[in-house]
Amino acid sequence: MKTSNFDPVAQDVFAKQLKIAVIFVLVIFGILILRLWFLQIVSGSTYRAKSENNRIRLQSMAPFRGVIRDRSGKILVDNRPSYDLYVIPEEIHDVDDLLNRLTVLGNLGMAPIKETISRVASGYPFKPVCLKKDISREELAMLETRRFDLPGVMIKVRPQRHYFYGDLAAHVLGYLGEISETQLRSGKFPNNKSGDLIGKTGIERRWQELLNGGRGGEQVEVDATGRRIKVISQRPPVSGADVCLTLNRELQTLAEKALDGKHGAVVAMDPRNGQILALASSPSYDPNLFITGFDAGTWKNMVSSSDYPLHNRALTGQYPPGSVFKIVVALAGLQEGVITPQEALYCNGEYSLGRGRYRCWKRWGHGTVDLNRALVESCDIYFYHLGMRLGVDKIARYAHQLGLGRKTGLNLGHEEGGLIPTAEWKRKRWGVPWQGGETVSTAIGQSFVLVTPLQVATFVSAVFNGGHVYRPQVTRWVRKTGGENIFEFTPQLIRDVEIKPEYLELVKKALSGAVNHPRGTGSKAKLEDITVAGKTGTAQVVNLKKEKDAEAKGEIPWKYRDHAWFVAVAPADAPRITVAVLIEHGGHGGSAAAPIAKTLIEAYLRFPVD
Amino acid sequence: MLDRRLIQNFDWVLLLLLLFLAGISILNLYSATYAIRDVGGSRIVMKQIYWFLIGFSVLLVMITFNYYYLERLAYPAYFFTVALLIIVLLVGKVMSGSQRWLSLGPLVFQPSELAKISMVLVLAKFFNDRDSIEEYRLRDLWQPFILILVPCGLILKEPDLGTALFLGMVSFSMILIVKVNRKSLLIFLGCCLLAAPVIWFGMKDYQHRRIMTFLRPDTEPLGAGYHINQSKIAIGSGQFWGKGYLEGTQTRLHFLPEQHTDFAFSVLAEEWGLVGVTALLLLYLFLILWGLNIAKGSKDRFGAILAVGIVAIVFWQVVINVGMVTGLLPVVGIPLLLFSYGGSSLISTMAAMGLLMNISMRRFMFQ
Repeated sequence: MKTSNFDPVAQDVFAKQLKIAVIFVLVIFGILILRLWFLQIVSGSTYRAKSENNRIRLQSMAPFRGVIRDRSGKILVDNRPSYDLYVIPEEIHDVDDLLNRLTVLGNLGMAPIKETISRVASGYPFKPVCLKKDISREELAMLETRRFDLPGVMIKVRPQRHYFYGDLAAHVLGYLGEISETQLRSGKFPNNKSGDLIGKTGIERRWQELLNGGRGGEQVEVDATGRRIKVISQRPPVSGADVCLTLNRELQTLAEKALDGKHGAVVAMDPRNGQILALASSPSYDPNLFITGFDAGTWKNMVSSSDYPLHNRALTGQYPPGSVFKIVVALAGLQEGVITPQEALYCNGEYSLGRGRYRCWKRWGHGTVDLNRALVESCDIYFYHLGMRLGVDKIARYAHQLGLGRKTGLNLGHEEGGLIPTAEWKRKRWGVPWQGGETVSTAIGQSFVLVTPLQVATFVSAVFNGGHVYRPQVTRWVRKTGGENIFEFTPQLIRDVEIKPEYLELVKKALSGAVNHPRGTGSKAKLEDITVAGKTGTAQVVNLKKEKDAEAKGEIPWKYRDHAWFVAVAPADAPRITVAVLIEHGGHGGSAAAPIAKTLIEAYLRFPVD
Repeated sequence: MLDRRLIQNFDWVLLLLLLFLAGISILNLYSATYAIRDVGGSRIVMKQIYWFLIGFSVLLVMITFNYYYLERLAYPAYFFTVALLIIVLLVGKVMSGSQRWLSLGPLVFQPSELAKISMVLVLAKFFNDRDSIEEYRLRDLWQPFILILVPCGLILKEPDLGTALFLGMVSFSMILIVKVNRKSLLIFLGCCLLAAPVIWFGMKDYQHRRIMTFLRPDTEPLGAGYHINQSKIAIGSGQFWGKGYLEGTQTRLHFLPEQHTDFAFSVLAEEWGLVGVTALLLLYLFLILWGLNIAKGSKDRFGAILAVGIVAIVFWQVVINVGMVTGLLPVVGIPLLLFSYGGSSLISTMAAMGLLMNISMRRFMFQ
């Protein structure tokens, strides 16, 4: 062993080295403290915010969507609980075993689910993974009884939109669909987030904002695994407002039953204020399917078949009005003074203009007809003359006044305006002048004239209520959950028509005759104790004179058959209901459409008054 | 052996420093395990208290003999350590991908901990034996290089890159303190630079990833970069005064990983802010400067170099750990001595502190 006390020289060298070491140590510690200064002071608030971000999750709480009722308060649309099956990855012992046990619930798509579970488990093991949405009651019962064999399984209850009567009033109620990116970015949906369902059409869309309610939220403290530790603050969601419609559920059901298997539309309206009592379009669809999902076949049928079940034919179907239009022409003739109620014209079954020959539907003619008989028996020849005396532009003026050729403004989604031709319109649209022959066919609601069933109901209501054209409406009130009404129905007068009341009376009387007179075309709508007034219409789809002559109707392919119209008002002296019926390719209005109107009127007027 | 003069020279300052650090460590450990106190957290605190008690006993044992006798034990201890490092590679316990632990009945310990002290001892002995050289040149240093490379290589093989590098740093510090010829030093550093690519290709995948993560922590926020990001958030969010004791959300909600071991410093930083961490760093600084003062006061070369080696252990552990948790250095898994939870490291540290005190107490005695 070396006894080596430091010799003084070596100790000096060592001391110098130690001094360097001390300086080195001080510099390094200085750097460390500077680094801490940078992290804690310079970037301190940034890191503080990041740590808060780590800790606090904002969990939004979806509000309860408002309920939709019919006019007497019966629920048409509400929310039912949907039981969704979740698993918490952290609490699963054996994934394969668990999924095996769950196979009783049918095909869950095991491979992707297993992958999802393992992916979530590695990041946020306490975050539930959804295995199946909306399991059935039987499945729920089965799960509940086996709860102890299924660790990690959890059932979450979520309100799901439920259309109580399936396809009833589907076109009025509308349906829900996922909010689009564009809508989200538009800023018009402050209470919605990605994945939310919003009203895409109908009432669901009309009152989307109020039905939706206000989104609530809570601030939750979570740990690194995503487990909820505690709720820091909470703002409960505000339930959506309830919407009460003017629809009468029983009448609506009848209307849809009457249309069953047919293509067409029915509009029933209160002529005194424009309230829609029933609005049906056939074929229809079940809005529930938009929530629960379609199978591929159903969806394909919905969007691509020529049945167009999603189209609301009452608002978007544009048809020639046929003889229903004679009401307009008659009123125009009287008001313009080109004819008097007494003047009689002779119908021999044919009308010539230039080289054109125009026939009456009654081949051998009606003989001498005045205005009343012309409407009762729907004589075409009378109206050819009347139309020629008026000219197309005057006819158009009255048609417009009565609300035809314009959108009614019933706010239920897409609506078509129809078409009332004028000479100027034709020149602009086609670049050729109006032809006299076109006035002839316009006078009986053919040529270019197109109307929607809703317009027909609106204009006939105006004829019977003294000339007030009301905007059709379908909402009775919208009420906040507290009880305060946000919206209440008030009639909206579009305009009063400039037609003398006595002329309106004359036409009303004639339309009464059309139903009640032995030779009236609408006699199939006749009721024993209630005076019904109405007008038939048979709108040509294609010019089929020859086939008509041959009376070979049964052999005409369905899609070339005439559309059948009937519009009725009752009781004729104190009107409470207007019904417009259109059956696509139904043939004669008097036989195909009138009985439907009769059924609705009879039922409605026998309901207790609400 | 413990005569009156020894007791008179007892280094109360060093003991007080160690007690202070132990106290803060336990206090911080309690907070770090507070959220899991019902599921083993309290046991961790109790265990660490026992380890400290054992550690202080070891310290007392280490001052009973004259450190000078250790010079004779330096080489046997060194070879014993190398043997253990080989054994651990053959029969050691594998934990999280590396073979570092050796079990002796109920006791589990890391031979690499022992390697720190043996390394310091053997280098002190070597330079004491060659005290005639004023400036060491490379040709004088080939033996210490081999002495360093063997255990470092074995530890690297476990693999434990952090400890291997740490051991290299400590040894290198000791060589520098005995004064190396400037030219030799430059040649050596040049060789290191050339060797860097070789080392890079010899490293394991996870080690590559750690270094890449250190360079770009944001690229993998949920992967390997998660630890360092969460640690920086914990430290930074403490700001000046801290969030308060037991109030650290990063800690309590487990966003901070390894919070009672490698990242214990971040817990302190979150809850006590810049004030707290500066105080802790000043304690370590004081300990280091006090150790260097002991080295300076040592009456013999062996004691002086040994003291410097022990101070280097303290210094590099603090720098590597604090550098790591603040994102200045890669995450290499070096705990903060006297502060992080862990028995093996604590016992070896306390043994080293005992040696330091031994040197301190005997500086006025002459052989």
